[in-house]
Amino acid sequence: MTRKQRRLVMIGCGLAVLALAVGLVLNAMRDSIVFFNSPTDVVEKHIQTGTRIRLGGMVKDGSLVRGDNLQIRFVVTDGANDIPVNYQGIVPDLFREGQGVVAEGRIEPGRTFKADSILAKHDENYMPREVADALKKQGRWQENEGKGERVGEKAGAPANAEPRK
Amino acid sequence: MIPEAGHYALVLALALALFQSVVPMAGARWRDATLMQTAPVTALAQFVFVALSFAALTASYVTSDFSVVNVYENSHSLMPLIYKMTSVWGNHEGSMLLWVLILALFGAAVAVFGRNLPDVLRADVLAVQSWIAVAFYLFILLTSNPFLRIADPPFEGRDLNPILQDFGLAVHPPLLYLGYVGFSIAFSFAVAALIEGRIDAAWARWVRPWTLAAWMALTLGIAMGSYWAYYELGWGGWWFWDPVENASLMPWLAGTALLHSAVVMEKRDALKVWTVLLAILAFSLSLIGTFLVRSGVLTSVHTFASDPSRGVFILAILTLFIGGSLTLFAWRAPALRQGGIFAPISREGALVFNNLFLTTACATVFVGTLYPLALEALTGEKISVGPPFFNLTFAPLFIPILIAMPMGPLLAWKRGDLFAVAQRLLAACGIAVIGVAVTFALAGVKAVLAPFGIGLALFAMAGAVTDIVERSALRSVGVGIAARRAIGLPRSAWGTAFAHFGIGMTLLGVVCETTWNSERIVALRPGQAVSIAGYDLTFDGMVPKTGPNYREVATRFVVRRGGAQVAVLEPSKRTFATRSMTTTEAALMTHGASQLYVSLGDTNSDGSIAVRIYDKPLVLLIWLGAVVMVFGGLLSLSDRRLRVGAPRRRSKPAVLAQQPAE
Repeated sequence: MTRKQRRLVMIGCGLAVLALAVGLVLNAMRDSIVFFNSPTDVVEKHIQTGTRIRLGGMVKDGSLVRGDNLQIRFVVTDGANDIPVNYQGIVPDLFREGQGVVAEGRIEPGRTFKADSILAKHDENYMPREVADALKKQGRWQENEGKGERVGEKAGAPANAEPRK
Repeated sequence: MIPEAGHYALVLALALALFQSVVPMAGARWRDATLMQTAPVTALAQFVFVALSFAALTASYVTSDFSVVNVYENSHSLMPLIYKMTSVWGNHEGSMLLWVLILALFGAAVAVFGRNLPDVLRADVLAVQSWIAVAFYLFILLTSNPFLRIADPPFEGRDLNPILQDFGLAVHPPLLYLGYVGFSIAFSFAVAALIEGRIDAAWARWVRPWTLAAWMALTLGIAMGSYWAYYELGWGGWWFWDPVENASLMPWLAGTALLHSAVVMEKRDALKVWTVLLAILAFSLSLIGTFLVRSGVLTSVHTFASDPSRGVFILAILTLFIGGSLTLFAWRAPALRQGGIFAPISREGALVFNNLFLTTACATVFVGTLYPLALEALTGEKISVGPPFFNLTFAPLFIPILIAMPMGPLLAWKRGDLFAVAQRLLAACGIAVIGVAVTFALAGVKAVLAPFGIGLALFAMAGAVTDIVERSALRSVGVGIAARRAIGLPRSAWGTAFAHFGIGMTLLGVVCETTWNSERIVALRPGQAVSIAGYDLTFDGMVPKTGPNYREVATRFVVRRGGAQVAVLEPSKRTFATRSMTTTEAALMTHGASQLYVSLGDTNSDGSIAVRIYDKPLVLLIWLGAVVMVFGGLLSLSDRRLRVGAPRRRSKPAVLAQQPAE
């Protein structure tokens, strides 16, 4: 085999593998990407029931109800709109009323949200970035609100993403 | 006084770096030995000054000098000494200081161990190394100065993020940085080769040990970080495909590819251009990793601060180095002479195959990590790309690598015989098929992919053993001679076998853990019991305790198997008052390579406590596999061949043996 042929074979293989990768990526992009939405987005965009999304906002004060069997209900709000959320399981260490939260799951009929994981990437005064942006859009939250004396806050708890079952 | 001295030392290091980035390079162009000779001296001096600076910051932490902003924000006088020391790099400024410390360490190492490098190459390498150093010293001094003072110092610090108050912080970041920054050496060598327009097998022989050392540190660092996340976060997960994890995985994949292509270059003088490109890519991905983590574009536990000016600065460094080196590559690479040729089916061919898939897999991780950022910047749409994406893209691309892995070392250089290799791997195939069949028989058809994953893992492990068996000709010469031959094999052959075996172990752990891990989430009152995977756990009750800087609710679980007590587990929840943060301390019971995992949730009003219990079969193999891989790397690094300097003619073995250790 000459040098030229060898190079052609190698380039051909390279392109084949690349094509395979592009195919895999496009395929995966179609099914496995989750969009982030605030309660207002959910209301305004008319997201179809059954679509997998991330819902972010604040846990509304006084809305948290604990049921049997580790069932919990709470309301996610961005000030303008509220979405009730159902969840079964253990919530992250810092999940509480008045704190930012990101829930992943599906919209159910009647505009309730069934979460299968709760993400709380925050400490006592940190806000998940998506939530902060969403709240800012609603004019509900200023940059330094609730923060310590100095800007440049520490990010809080780790990616407490609950493993998918 | 001490912080100011540290600050000053860092400025001096910058001055030295500026000198070192210009003078030796000029000396190399004019072939002026005196100018070139300055490089090793300044490299050592740089290291001394950065080390002084780092020591100054450490001293401020140890003495709890809260007049330093950095110490005030990340330390607490009641913290145990080890955490006071590790909190030096448990924050943005300090961790950047650690970054440049390691960079200077590698520069000094090249100066010390590179005595028998050609003068021009050494001067060029150290100069390029200094360019990187200048950029990062400026970054620290201009945007992230750890030595800033507070006018009137507070009495108490704000404590270190409780999640980071763990032994993991002592090990994970330094190892990771050793890996990231270690690739800078390969990068500097690549750029030096491009500037000089000359590259040969000796170059690969130089680059390989450095790359190998960086790769080992990175492998351990990633594994350590994964285990840390596993026991600290309380979710029992060991890999989340979090952008920050991906940021460390990408250089690892590129570095692994680089290791393999450097072999081809060293042995066969082929794939030169490609190897240079990989060296540039591996370090570029390390820089991107640093950017992703340090700039605040991502939010996770690793992002200590988000300050846009820092992000822009790192982005500028990124553009300068990646753009610059790739431009240089495009301009100069055609000047590099092509090397030996080989048939597609050959050892070289197998290594090219490995490179092709590793880099493609790396590219999919890159897309998955950066696509959400790009999309948000362009459209404002926020998305998350999670595990499903990577399972659908990364995993399929890794399977061919694992299938080809045992074949590569058995193929001959230049032109191999795939049929003969297949025959030699019959035993390994047999073991794999038995593994698949047994798993199917035991597990049924519920988990279809698991048996094949196990088969693949067994094939990889048996293939690694086959490699050693074949090389020692066990079948034809009998055990005694074969054993002696096996011992006499080059260490790098053993290294390959161990590293490949380790990959198999990790895969086995991953498959078993993901397929058969069982989980119970229950609310328990004292006295109640729960059973999982043949173990009965009784909740005894809880006791409040007090630690140095936290309060703790400790619980007690008695683990019984068949009525007999086997262990007592004490998971707890800690509350750190200074930051009003709670952390979950999981309790682990190791049995064989499997683990029982108990962590706590919230306490309910009826006195019960939410408990998460996992049984994780063979989970430890995931990290043990990485340790075995690193051991393989260590063996390979100790190979005599890699310690000799420039290649000499074979007719002078005596000279070869006397070459000082590199």
